[in-house]
Amino acid sequence: MCLAIPARIVEKTGGENAIVSLDGVKKEISLALVADAEVGDYVLVHVGYALNTISPEEAERTLSLMAEMGLAGEAAE
Amino acid sequence: MNRPAKLMEKRFPTRINMRTAKVDMTHGSGGRAMAQLIEELFARHFDNELLRQGNDQALFAPPPGRMVMSVDGHVVSPLFFPGGDIGSLSVHGTINDVAMAGARPLYLSAGFILEEGFALADLERIVISMAQSAKEAGVPVVTGDTKVVERGKGDGVFITTTGIGVVPDGVELSGANVRPGDAILINGAIGEHGVAIMSSRENLAFETEITSDSAALHGLVAEMIAAVPEIHAMRDPTRGGLAATLNEIAWQAKVGMKLDEEAIPMRPEVDAACELLGLDPLYVANEGKLVAFCPAARAEELLAVMRAHPLGREAAIIGQVVEDDMGFVTMETGFGGTRIVDWLAGEQLPRIC
Amino acid sequence: MKYVDEFRDKALARRLAAQIAEEADPARSYNFMEFCGGHTHAIFRYGVQDLMPENVNFVHGPGCPVCVLPIPRIDNAIELAEGGAIVCTYGDMMRVPASGRNSLIKAKAAGADIRMIYSTQDALRIARENPDREVVFFAIGFETTTPPTAVAIKQAAAEGLRNFTVFCNHVLTPAAIQHILQSPEVRELGQVHIDGFYGPSHVSSIIGSAPYEYFAREFQKPVVIAGFEPLDVMQSTVMLIRQINEGRFEVENQYTRVVTPEGNAHAKALVSEVFELRRMFEWRGLGDVPYSALRIKDAYGEFDAERRFTLTESRGRDVKGCECPAILRGVKKPTDCKLFGTVCTPDNPMGSCMVSSEGSCAAYWSYGRFRLERVKEAAE
Repeated sequence: MCLAIPARIVEKTGGENAIVSLDGVKKEISLALVADAEVGDYVLVHVGYALNTISPEEAERTLSLMAEMGLAGEAAE
Repeated sequence: MNRPAKLMEKRFPTRINMRTAKVDMTHGSGGRAMAQLIEELFARHFDNELLRQGNDQALFAPPPGRMVMSVDGHVVSPLFFPGGDIGSLSVHGTINDVAMAGARPLYLSAGFILEEGFALADLERIVISMAQSAKEAGVPVVTGDTKVVERGKGDGVFITTTGIGVVPDGVELSGANVRPGDAILINGAIGEHGVAIMSSRENLAFETEITSDSAALHGLVAEMIAAVPEIHAMRDPTRGGLAATLNEIAWQAKVGMKLDEEAIPMRPEVDAACELLGLDPLYVANEGKLVAFCPAARAEELLAVMRAHPLGREAAIIGQVVEDDMGFVTMETGFGGTRIVDWLAGEQLPRIC
Repeated sequence: MKYVDEFRDKALARRLAAQIAEEADPARSYNFMEFCGGHTHAIFRYGVQDLMPENVNFVHGPGCPVCVLPIPRIDNAIELAEGGAIVCTYGDMMRVPASGRNSLIKAKAAGADIRMIYSTQDALRIARENPDREVVFFAIGFETTTPPTAVAIKQAAAEGLRNFTVFCNHVLTPAAIQHILQSPEVRELGQVHIDGFYGPSHVSSIIGSAPYEYFAREFQKPVVIAGFEPLDVMQSTVMLIRQINEGRFEVENQYTRVVTPEGNAHAKALVSEVFELRRMFEWRGLGDVPYSALRIKDAYGEFDAERRFTLTESRGRDVKGCECPAILRGVKKPTDCKLFGTVCTPDNPMGSCMVSSEGSCAAYWSYGRFRLERVKEAAE
């Protein structure tokens, strides 16, 4: 029950709601679970709610770690 | 005997007010109300020589050659969606079914089942749209029928269209002709119609610029078979999407297919919408797309012909047919692994999980 | 799509595959259980197994809250709809087989007012628009999906939405993992050999990585909290293999872009305000599991469907021959089930492992069936 998709907050609407965009597809969701999210932040969207914000720094770090893998193997080839 | 001119003009005392009137049971009873609706709405907008004959049937001499006939029922909801409506959809859909046999579509018929209470303003909008689509395609609606069902027994309107066409000599298109080694081509990006429909469904409300790709493909088909008459088969991937169509043909021809995920054209917005809803774009309906199977040696040429046509600008070779009497359709994923692309089980419900 | 496409990159996949091949000790095998249905899905959809060496295997656990919901609870949901309530449910539940081969979608076809929704906000809207009808939200899911239900209940309370109730079937993942690790089959040699776990991605984003420390310590098995994308699964595999090779059993977090040790404090607070632990709850395939599920607290009792309505209580029984219980525990594979692919197919599912797209059987069928056919042919 975990399908969650990263999307960018483009506009805050009334109450705790906001519009998020995923490559141009927009949907209104609730920010009730991420009180401090701001326009421009990327959030994980699940069943109409943002669950958490995504850390850009950590995402970069993860990708860098991945990129470092397998290099020893490649060098050996 | 000549009727007095006054009587002939005033067959119906007052015109139907399309803006406010609603369908009621008399419109289907065969009486004056139905005759008036037919004259002032259907015949008026569909207007063509055969309709003007004024009979229950259209009479014409068949052109020489083999004939093709196809029928479709249209129950789409909502009736109006970005890029089209049930009317344009029914015209395009049936023209395409006829065209997939390589035939030149000649005529259409249209049967309407109307729900009591349906707004004539909406019906007129649909009929105008149908007439326009038919005119643009050069395929007139030459005969039709109207019935009315009680409130609650119909979803506003259901439309059934039948189309006939004639196949040129030397053209033999059939799923059964597909052979291992054939190239698989598509004329453009997948998933647009289904996503456009979903975006208009209330309970899934999401905003997108995606419009239905609903279009009549017979012009494109004519150019394709003129340039490459050796095409083995064509089919339009409507309900069930590309996956359903490929599996159908694989089963029919007793072959397998290998697809290249990265070669299948798809708009990023369609990709995103499917991701958001938990849908697989391979199973999402298309209404302006065709898949073609041709001998590998002619594939590049066919691709060029398709790309030269407005409805084939994004055409691509997406895979090839292989030997496999189990009829499996497999796909090399963008990720590097292989997955099977199976028939759709049941209806694709948006996944949360 | 940002934060999605980068984690599906082919070139990086090859790098990670090379790393896994290098670090996996050919003298032993590695069996890792992925607990979360989303991981099952990613593995099959992208063909991740194709990139693994022979001695690294995925064991599919019960990560699917749809799969583990016992039949009587689905019967209850149908009962509520047949009793005249509008029952709102996520799409995943619609085709799950209940008693007598019934299901929510079949009950809907027979006239029950069952509506598929995307968000609990939709259920609240339906309740507001139908003040004269009872509206019941069929709540299921792990800790990821529980906070949205909590928000809805609190909102209903604030608005005084008298006709809105929740039929609560939220369950807890750590309890399930523990139960699997302690089940008799695990203790018997050779039946389920699990060397480590992929921790659930989004459950952890809510509850944090801390709750898994207990397993790592108690059962001496490494846990790596893994993101959902195929590259996340592969990187986590490297991390698990390293832990095993180095004799460590810790909780590591691969999904750092979303998961922190504490998780989402605000969401956790909302959940504990509205829900409390049930002493016991039946899980399909696992039997009774203590302290593994939630119910609505007295303070919000008027929004509890189980208090407002009288529901038939019964114990679930699976179709004869259906191996879902064993498959959910990772004890058997779908191919070990006599019904798989013969009587039980996605068009005619016998058990929830086949209906739910996260279920092992559905995943095997949709994505990997051809492998099995090849194996069968080779054996003949």
